[in-house]
Amino acid sequence: MNDRVSRRGFFVAAAAVVGAVLQDTASAGRVYDPERAGRPLPPVTAGDNDAAIQRIEKRIRCSCGCGLDVYTCRTTDFSCTYSPAMHKEVLRLAGAGKSAQQITDEFVAQYGEQALMAPPRRGFNLAGYFVPSIVVLIAGIFLTLRLRRWTRAAGATAPTPDHVPPPNASAAELERLRQELDRLSG
Amino acid sequence: MTLLGHLSLWLAFLVGLWGAITGFVGGAQGRADLQQSARHATFALFAALLVAVVSLEVAIFRHDFSLEYVAAYTSRNLPTFYLWSALYAGQKGSLLFWATVLSLFASLAQLLTSRRHRVYLPYVAAVTCLVATFFISVMLFAANPFQRLAFAPLDGSGMNPQLQNPGMVFHPPMLYLGYISITIPFAFAIGALLSKQLDTEWLTAIRKWTLVSWLFLSIGLLIGMWWAYVELGWGGYWAWDPVENAALLPWLVMTAFLHSVMIQEKRGMLKKWNLGLIIGAWLLSIFGTFLTRSGVIASVHSFTQSPVGYFFLVFLVFAAVASFTIYAIRLPLLETEAKLESMVSREASFFFNNLLLIGLAFSVLWGTLFPILSEAVRGVKITYGPATFNYVNIPLGLVLLLLTGIGPLIAWRRASVPNLRRQFAVPVTSGVFMLLILLVAGMRDLGPLLAISIGAFVFATVIQEFARGARARHRQYGESMALAVVQLLARNRRRYGGYIVHVAIVLLFVAFAGMAFKTETQATLRPGESVTLKSPYGHMYTFTHVSVSQYNQLNREITAALVDIRRDGKPIGRLRTEKRQHVDALGRPTFEPSTAVGIRSDLREDLYVVLGGLVNGTEEAVYRFTINPLVWWVWFGGFVLVIGGLIVLWPGGGSAPGAGTRRPRAQAGYAVKLEAER
Repeated sequence: MNDRVSRRGFFVAAAAVVGAVLQDTASAGRVYDPERAGRPLPPVTAGDNDAAIQRIEKRIRCSCGCGLDVYTCRTTDFSCTYSPAMHKEVLRLAGAGKSAQQITDEFVAQYGEQALMAPPRRGFNLAGYFVPSIVVLIAGIFLTLRLRRWTRAAGATAPTPDHVPPPNASAAELERLRQELDRLSG
Repeated sequence: MTLLGHLSLWLAFLVGLWGAITGFVGGAQGRADLQQSARHATFALFAALLVAVVSLEVAIFRHDFSLEYVAAYTSRNLPTFYLWSALYAGQKGSLLFWATVLSLFASLAQLLTSRRHRVYLPYVAAVTCLVATFFISVMLFAANPFQRLAFAPLDGSGMNPQLQNPGMVFHPPMLYLGYISITIPFAFAIGALLSKQLDTEWLTAIRKWTLVSWLFLSIGLLIGMWWAYVELGWGGYWAWDPVENAALLPWLVMTAFLHSVMIQEKRGMLKKWNLGLIIGAWLLSIFGTFLTRSGVIASVHSFTQSPVGYFFLVFLVFAAVASFTIYAIRLPLLETEAKLESMVSREASFFFNNLLLIGLAFSVLWGTLFPILSEAVRGVKITYGPATFNYVNIPLGLVLLLLTGIGPLIAWRRASVPNLRRQFAVPVTSGVFMLLILLVAGMRDLGPLLAISIGAFVFATVIQEFARGARARHRQYGESMALAVVQLLARNRRRYGGYIVHVAIVLLFVAFAGMAFKTETQATLRPGESVTLKSPYGHMYTFTHVSVSQYNQLNREITAALVDIRRDGKPIGRLRTEKRQHVDALGRPTFEPSTAVGIRSDLREDLYVVLGGLVNGTEEAVYRFTINPLVWWVWFGGFVLVIGGLIVLWPGGGSAPGAGTRRPRAQAGYAVKLEAER
């Protein structure tokens, strides 16, 4: 009896599997030439879409030489072979319970500081972050002082109102000009 | 034809040398015969290079694979459209293209320059011939496009699929035209220095050329952004790539020049500065070429590493030393005529505008070169990525945007408090009002908040300027408001065209701010399956995988996936995204498969769909879905920028120096500054 039940169970399960496969094939049949569609890809997993994982990957540079971060590289053309491997490594480290900082530290230990998309804000790297702003600030202060000196020099040499030569116009013309300007200025 | 092309290059080299020598000697000694010879050499140089270009194009169209260049960048089945662009798809061909366009511009400069600026022309011929000769020598001695192979292959390697895009047909020529045309203002600047004619005349002579250059650079940058967006598939349009930065640098410096030149024209100030800017802009264009061609910094856009980088480095150093030596010798002749009357004046705001533009250029250059500097100083390679560029440059950019609004509101010479109050009231209110709206709407990101609020302030300044000008014309001449606006533009194209460019800058900043709210997801979908994604505006988009089809098209085998899109449950259309396997004439794969992105664009946001690939060769497809807000405004802003630039560039109607020598014009817009306000 037990044998019969288990045999029936086996056939039901087998039928279910075959049905499932057939149903799969029906909904996602094979394409004519898989080769021309690029590298076969595995299905997207929850880890691929995990925001925390993506944040980490956006801080790590892909080592393929594209200049993009791991997340952007692996989702851009889907043809890079480096970024999926680096993604798997991030997933593995995250799965091992490592924090975001520990994961990026692991990559820095392996690939050097260039593995980071942004250099850490310490030591010489601070120059990379702050030299432009400091230069602009110093130039701004210098420019302000220079302009102030120019305005003082111009003020010292400017004619006083008493010495301004009278315009070559009659009083009526001047009054008309003033009215026109008033009207224009709204 | 190949031999003809090669001989033409040698002829161009000799003619270029002759033009450079006769130009300099003729200019220095005032010998008319040598000056005339230099002028003719410029035309002959163009003719010889044109023959070389035609020879190369003929070889490309005839599929003459005995030429290494033709075999490396084309194939028998390359569409005709892209056969044209093969001329500049590779290093060697693009050098030929560069030299030819430079000789064309040099000839136009000789033909179009007015009589009163003839004093500069021998030097212009000399400098342009010298620069062209350098490019020709690089071709002859390091990168000859007419180099032959030992045997001719049956078919060529074909063009990189990413270059087989309409954007790449127009992007490099536009960028080259921008880069190359800077040589003409530079040549005039050197001419002014050597001839000691350092008043504002040389500025008048180069005004159109600087605008042409700036416009081409702008168009080149914009088309490059569009190409990166639609072709590369990473979902953005600007990545602070070294080659992108190299094109941005001269653009920033030229923008600074276009502002500071007004101060020299109106007040006789900044002579030294303006000359320095033109020389700097040209050197940066050569620096950009060096970056692109040397492979010294890795970039997705650059040509492969080659020895031409050394040529460019030597030329760059030589040109910089020579230019700044002449500049230093002439400094005593460049004293300022006028002094600044007030810190609160249009002039002062232009000084700060220039400071920020040059500061931004320095910042971009600093970031581009910092990895090399770090390696030299510490021996450690680092990556100066987009996040760092944004961190450093966004604050500078926002202050610059603010000055874009402040500058036009302040009067020339001196602004009074009542004047400032009247000018600033509406724009400041608009900016603050926008800030409050955004805060109430829940926006909390500081960068976009400031960009959009300051953008509203700048936009209001432009509207106010147009409204006041149009109202003044309406009162004075009884014109309708619409006609008054048209007349404002027609009668003072430089000023009001400039304001339109300011509007374009606002649109671009707002569009850039939109990218802060980009959202994306990846999904594996079987036919009929869907994924949803919420847009920053709160809409729920549903993407349904419809089917996968495969077919051949031109020189590629396509795998196309169709996606049905619904917004809040309502169907809004379908998108197609492709994987393309390019093949040669024998059907053999030539490159890695590339991706064609599916994009649906509207005023609010772009839906950006990338087909990653298929799961185990089935119709089950891997996608990346992205919602990019406000991208349409980048292209529209670019369009407005070009329109504004063309209005400024259009002949007549401007307030350029010398424009008033023809006939008296009706009042352009309005100009009010009462003595009583002081």
